[in-house]
Amino acid sequence: MEKLDVRGLSCPVPVLRTKKAIDAGARELHILGSSQTSKENVSKLALSQGFAVDIKVDNKDLWEMEIRK
Amino acid sequence: MSRNKWFILLTGLVIGAFAAILVKLGNPGNMGFCIACFERDIAGALGLHRAGVVQYVRPEIIGLILGAMFTAMFSGEFKARGGSATLVRFIMGVFMMVGALVFLGCPLRDVLRMAGGDFNAVVGFIGFIAGVGAGVFFLKKGFNLGRAEYSHSNVGGYLLPIIFAFFLFLLLKGTLFNPEAGGPLFFSKEGPGSMAAPLGISLIAGLLVGFLAQRTRMCLSGGIRDFILLRDNYLLVGFIGIFIGALVLNLVFGFFKPGFADQPIAHTMQLWNFLGLFLVGLTATLLGGCPLRQLILSGEGDMDAAAVVVGMIVGAAFCHNFMLAGSAAGVGNYGQIACVIGIILMGWIGYSYREE
Repeated sequence: MEKLDVRGLSCPVPVLRTKKAIDAGARELHILGSSQTSKENVSKLALSQGFAVDIKVDNKDLWEMEIRK
Repeated sequence: MSRNKWFILLTGLVIGAFAAILVKLGNPGNMGFCIACFERDIAGALGLHRAGVVQYVRPEIIGLILGAMFTAMFSGEFKARGGSATLVRFIMGVFMMVGALVFLGCPLRDVLRMAGGDFNAVVGFIGFIAGVGAGVFFLKKGFNLGRAEYSHSNVGGYLLPIIFAFFLFLLLKGTLFNPEAGGPLFFSKEGPGSMAAPLGISLIAGLLVGFLAQRTRMCLSGGIRDFILLRDNYLLVGFIGIFIGALVLNLVFGFFKPGFADQPIAHTMQLWNFLGLFLVGLTATLLGGCPLRQLILSGEGDMDAAAVVVGMIVGAAFCHNFMLAGSAAGVGNYGQIACVIGIILMGWIGYSYREE
């Protein structure tokens, strides 16, 4: 599974990087990030693109999720 | 509409309504909230600039940052972090203030001015959209200012809120260090700085909006940005809420006066209304959030956002000391030059910080 690290990046870079990976044809992604805002935005984007979102780690300062179609 | 969208719409309505009420209770016209103007007033109150008509420690700003801080602490989101091109962000804060004071308001006040019938603000709004669009162009090219890191101590995140709490203490206590020259705080005797709603109400309005804006991630530049970039209208709904909330109460209070001429704390030099908010929109998009959002993020422990807030306060001092700020009479030559320099500088930063 392709890994994407968006920790510490300002809005909306985490969402943009995820979108870029999806647009490049990724069907499965393992994404890790840091802020709650980026978690909300990335999972919102994934859901809107028809991905299933599975949150693996959900701490206030670190999250990891797997998205797959 | 989802529950989240209803909540941010409600947040917008509350912000807009409170803004009109604060004007009713004494704040300057169409200035229930203005992050830029109020940070400028604080810069004046601290004696960082000598424009006697714009000096007051605005309790709304203190409420916003402390409200966001308490909310973030309760939700477990308060974490000191920073290190993403901090000095660059500081300088960007300086120029974000230049743009805001050329236009005469931050994006939040732009919405409030439009809700008061100020057509000059519509021109500014078009400039703001264009500026955000220019920022999106750089984002699409791979722009980012680098990663922030969580700090192993939370102390850095508390610094700015503590400093603002200290200003509140000075304001409440009214201590005079220098009976002859005045200070530590200076207060306008006339002009916009002398117009203010009662302290307690301003503070409570700030705390409440700080709470709501932290929960909803309210951001004015983000509203336009997400719509252009992702066709996502979540933040835009909040934007529209602010407009409706303020518009309704402005009509009730009789504040709504449509037109270009004689608008409160506004000028009619349309090129500079456009370019002023163009600069703010571009800078805010590169920074990841509008002046309001930067203030809320600093309350959450984001030290890079705190650098932007301090940059804006210092920028306000430059604006008045160097005669860059606009006024009802318009924007002078120095302000025009500084605004153009700001746009060029942001273009340079936007171009240089591309990755991949």
